[in-house]
Parts: sequence; structure tokens; C-alpha cells
Amino acid sequence: MTLLDAVRIALRTIWAQKMKSSFSVLGVFVGVTFLIAVVSVIEGMNSYMTEKFAGALLGVNTFQLRRFPDFQTGDVSDSTWRAWVRRPSITYADADAAVAGLDPSLLWSWVSQNTSDVEYRGKTAARVRVAGTNEQYFDVKGWRFAAGRPFTSQEAQTGQPVIVMGYDLAQRIFGDADPINRELKIQGMPYRVIGVVESQGNLFGMSLDNFIVAPAQSPVRRFVNPPNVIDELVVKASSAQQMQAAMDQVEAVMRTRRHLRPAEPDNFAVETASGVLDFWDKINSILLLALPGLVSISLVVGGIVIMNIMLMAVAERTHEIGLRKSLGARRRDIMRQFLVESATLSTVGAAAGVGFGLFVAWMVTTLTFMPARVAPWSVLVGVGLGAAVGIGAGAYPASRAARLDPIAAMRQE
Amino acid sequence: MTNIVIRTHDLRRTYQMGAETIHALRGVDLDIARNEYVAIMGPSGSGKSTMMNVVGCLDSPSGGQYWLNGTEVSELTDDALARIRNKEIGFVFQTFNLLPRASALHNVELPLIYAGTSARKRRERAAVALTRVGLADRMGHKPNELSGGQRQRVAIARALVNDPSILLADEPTGNLDSQTSEEIMDVFAALHAAGQTVIMVTHEPDIAKHAHRVVTLRDGRVHSDTLRDAA
Repeated sequence: MTLLDAVRIALRTIWAQKMKSSFSVLGVFVGVTFLIAVVSVIEGMNSYMTEKFAGALLGVNTFQLRRFPDFQTGDVSDSTWRAWVRRPSITYADADAAVAGLDPSLLWSWVSQNTSDVEYRGKTAARVRVAGTNEQYFDVKGWRFAAGRPFTSQEAQTGQPVIVMGYDLAQRIFGDADPINRELKIQGMPYRVIGVVESQGNLFGMSLDNFIVAPAQSPVRRFVNPPNVIDELVVKASSAQQMQAAMDQVEAVMRTRRHLRPAEPDNFAVETASGVLDFWDKINSILLLALPGLVSISLVVGGIVIMNIMLMAVAERTHEIGLRKSLGARRRDIMRQFLVESATLSTVGAAAGVGFGLFVAWMVTTLTFMPARVAPWSVLVGVGLGAAVGIGAGAYPASRAARLDPIAAMRQE
Repeated sequence: MTNIVIRTHDLRRTYQMGAETIHALRGVDLDIARNEYVAIMGPSGSGKSTMMNVVGCLDSPSGGQYWLNGTEVSELTDDALARIRNKEIGFVFQTFNLLPRASALHNVELPLIYAGTSARKRRERAAVALTRVGLADRMGHKPNELSGGQRQRVAIARALVNDPSILLADEPTGNLDSQTSEEIMDVFAALHAAGQTVIMVTHEPDIAKHAHRVVTLRDGRVHSDTLRDAA
């Protein structure tokens, strides 16, 4: 008897008992659904975090020099926090010294920011992120303009009250009207809109377009930071190696300026996107550790159910087994018939689980901000696990069937 | 010698029932030649079922020898016996023993599946066997769509499909009315006329009289062995 024949017999039997079959594979179905759905969400989050989160918030091959880290991962204790707050601020002088020795091909800008309400003809947009920076900031961010232009080096140096704003914010304030050259007020001071940046979308449901960028020397300097102080120096390199070299150099310059002895730790932070991603990797690895446990619980339960179903099938079909043996079925033929039946049953359940898992992943993508990306390996693993559970669970019932004595088996009815 | 299909010498079979030992066969010597039509008779408990099981290689003797086509089979393993059942023996049972959910054609194909015949060949040969027993127009029917006589014909077709050395029938008419029984006996007669060796276990003298030789067992031994002249 060929394997194909055995699978055909198995499918015939499974199909004849649709209801019973579908209940018996529930455990495997749930396990595989869970596997596919969770892996898809994790994979989706992975690419989301790397491409979008790190890319949009910090940028690739970009690092920042700050007083203390912008992205706190995990709990920061009170004492750590107090130590951070006691650190000296980063000043323009620090930034100038840090970038002085850097490769001129690197892009850099200082950034100081705060949130403020923005007024336009009596309308108010609340809590807008307002940043004071230089003209290289737009290149550091890699922004493209939906309208207008970035401010120029002259405008930055002379501190002109010109601003560039995010797409959603412009829509919110000006509606369909052209925002260019309109005047709005921040903290009572008038600014002229010269550019609108293309929409950056959102991150975890929060808009990334709710910002205004102005020259650091413009009147925004009065409320974003105390005089001479900046929040961060952002440096963008063109490669990872170049970035690492620049980071080392900035760190060295800062340590010299702060007169730190070799044993003393940095009293400033040099932060990269990969640092932020470490946090996600931590969550990720916890999820990936917990996943096999959860999946195997449902697969073990599913396997036990299938084993019982198969034991019942053997008991129910004792007569048939006796008949098949009398017609020339060898032990291995009977063994194979039940193993294949059990494996087929379980694999069908697993395949249904894959299907439903893909559906769940699709639902997650459609209904939530979380992206789901189906990992091909998870589909293969899911189906493979299904088959393996079926073979494992079928082994004992099948060997019982194979060892039946044909005369005794046929006597039973 | 080459014409002897079945030869047993001092064939014994004992069962252990708790502390009691049951001697079902107490030394049976029997030769059956090719193309014989033999009825094995005897009252219940005479050992005829055991004899049938041993001859059909479903059971192994406890003592003595059994040669099938000159090969001693008394000492073979389970799987080797399965092979012999598949190739050399065609069973016809009292209760037909068809798979209820399978068509007549699929039921007849079963022995060929275990013989490793290709799907196309199986279908062809099963169709030929069904045609031979007069069921060419019932191949797609399931057992519950067939009459008792038709079911037994399907079983006979299944027994014949591998061209076995012996057709071994165990009370083949036990579940049939006398009219249908005669029809089945006609089928057996035709097969015998075509050269088939037929061994039939029965306790009905009316049925046994169709055979050309009647072997009567009593208490696990051959009690009488008579050749008949019936045509």
C-alpha cells in the first residue's frame, strides 16, 4: 500500500466524521493559530520598530548627544534620575567643540524643543512640539517638503521668525488654504510659514506631524531652553562605521571638556537608534521565549485529544482491522493506516490553524495600528508541528491496532 | 505431489482458557488437491472453525505441520502469514465482512491494495472480478444498497481478485435464505468448474452436498472423509 493510498483512506475516514474530526483537532488548531498570529504580530512589530520607530524618531546612522537618555528603557530609579538631573546641560559651546573635529561630510544640528500652543486668527492648536534648530536639521531628518522650502543658512544665523511645520498640523490650522506665507503666533510672537513637510504618518497611533521647526536663534529660543543650552546635538553619518567613529570622537571631546578622569563615567548621554531598539529586542525575546511554551501547551493538549480519538477509532474499527489483516494487511500496513490517519487529521487541523492565524494577523493589521507580517517559517513550522503531533499522538493507538489478532478482532462487532 | 495444495500432518491446536487447556485440533491429517471442492463439516466444537483459521493462515498450529503449495507455513511470522493470506487465500465469510462505507469496487480492491498493485490495475482487476460474479452493474453501490446475495457475491469477488490458490468459505450461506443460498452455490460450482480449489466450512448438509468431497471433523479429528459422485 502506498502512502498516497493511506492518505486517501485517512481523508475518507476524516471526511466521513466531519464533526468529530473538527472537535478532535481543536487543540492543534488553537495552538497553530496562536503561533501564526503571535509570530506575525511580533514580526510586524519588528519591522515597524526598526523601520518606522527608529527611522522616524532617530533616523538611521544617527546619534544624539544629550544630558541624559531621551528613551528610557525599563525603570529608571529615583537616584539615577536625580543624578541625571544634576548633570550639567549641553551647551552650544559643547556642541560646537564636539562637531569641530568631525568629518565635514557629516550632517549635524542642535535641537531644543518644547511644547506650546499655536494661534492662528483666534484658533488654537494645543500642545504642538516646537523645535529650534539649524538648517541641516531637514537633511538630518531626511524630510521632503509637501509645500514651500526649508529655512536657509542665513535665515538660521540671523534668527528670522520663519517656520516649517508638519503636514497634519498645517491641515488642522489652515484647512484647505495654502499655508505658505501665512502668519501664526507662538507664545505671542508672530512667525511666517515657509514650508510644510510631507506627512510622516503615525507611531502607535500618535501623529508624527504635530511639530513646528524654527531657527534656533529666532524668538523660539526664549521658551525652548535657557540661554546657551540645547537639548541635544544630532549627528547623521552615512554609514554605521562613520557613525561609530564620530560617536567615539564626540564622547572623547565631551569627556575632555567635562574634565572626567578615566574612572569616572560619562555625565552625558550618546544615544543611537540601536540603543532604543535594544529595548524592543528585550520585549521581543521575552515574547519569543514565552511563545513556544504557550504553543506547546495547546499542542500537548491537542495531542492527547487526538490520541484518545485514535484509541476510540481503533476500538470502533477492531472488526475492520481484523478484516483488513485477514485480507493480507501486515502490521506495518495497519500501523501506517492509523499513523497516517492521525497525522492527516492533525495536519488538517494545523492547516486550518494556519488559515485562521493568517486571518487573525490580517485582522490585527486592519483593525489596529499594529502591523502584522506573516513569517513564512512560522507557516512551515505550524504545519510541521501539526504533522508531528499527529504522528506522536497516533503512535500508541496505531501500534495497538497493528498488534491485534485477526481472529479475535473479527469476532468483535 | 505438485497437485497437492494443502497437506497437514498431525495438525494440533490447543488454547489456554485460564487453567483449562482446550484441544481444538488433536492431530489432523488431510490432503487437498488442486481443483477439489471440499466441504468441512462437523458439529459445533468439532474444531472446524479452528481448522479453517489454521488452513487460512489466520492462526498458527500448536503442533504438527501444514504445507501450503509445498511450503511449510506452520512456523512463519505474522507478516509472512499476512502475505500468504493476501496471495494464496480468498476468504468468504458468513457475515460478508464488507467495509460499510466503501463501494463494492473499493471493497474488492482491498486485497490488491495490500498486494501493492497500482491504482489503475486494481480498478481493472476488481471490475473483472465483480463482472465474474455477475455484479458488473453494481460496482458503485455500497453494501447497504445491495441484497444479502449481492453482498456475498461482492465478498466472493474480493476473495477471487488475487487469484488465490484456495477459496476458503466459512458458512458462506449462513446468513442467506435458501433461494439465495442456491445462487451462491451456483457461483461456487462455476468457479470450481473453472479450476478453482474451493474449501467450504458448513454445518448444513444441504450446502455440503454441493461439494465433491466431505470431510467431517469430530472432537478435533477427521471423523470421515468421503468422495461424492455428485456432478
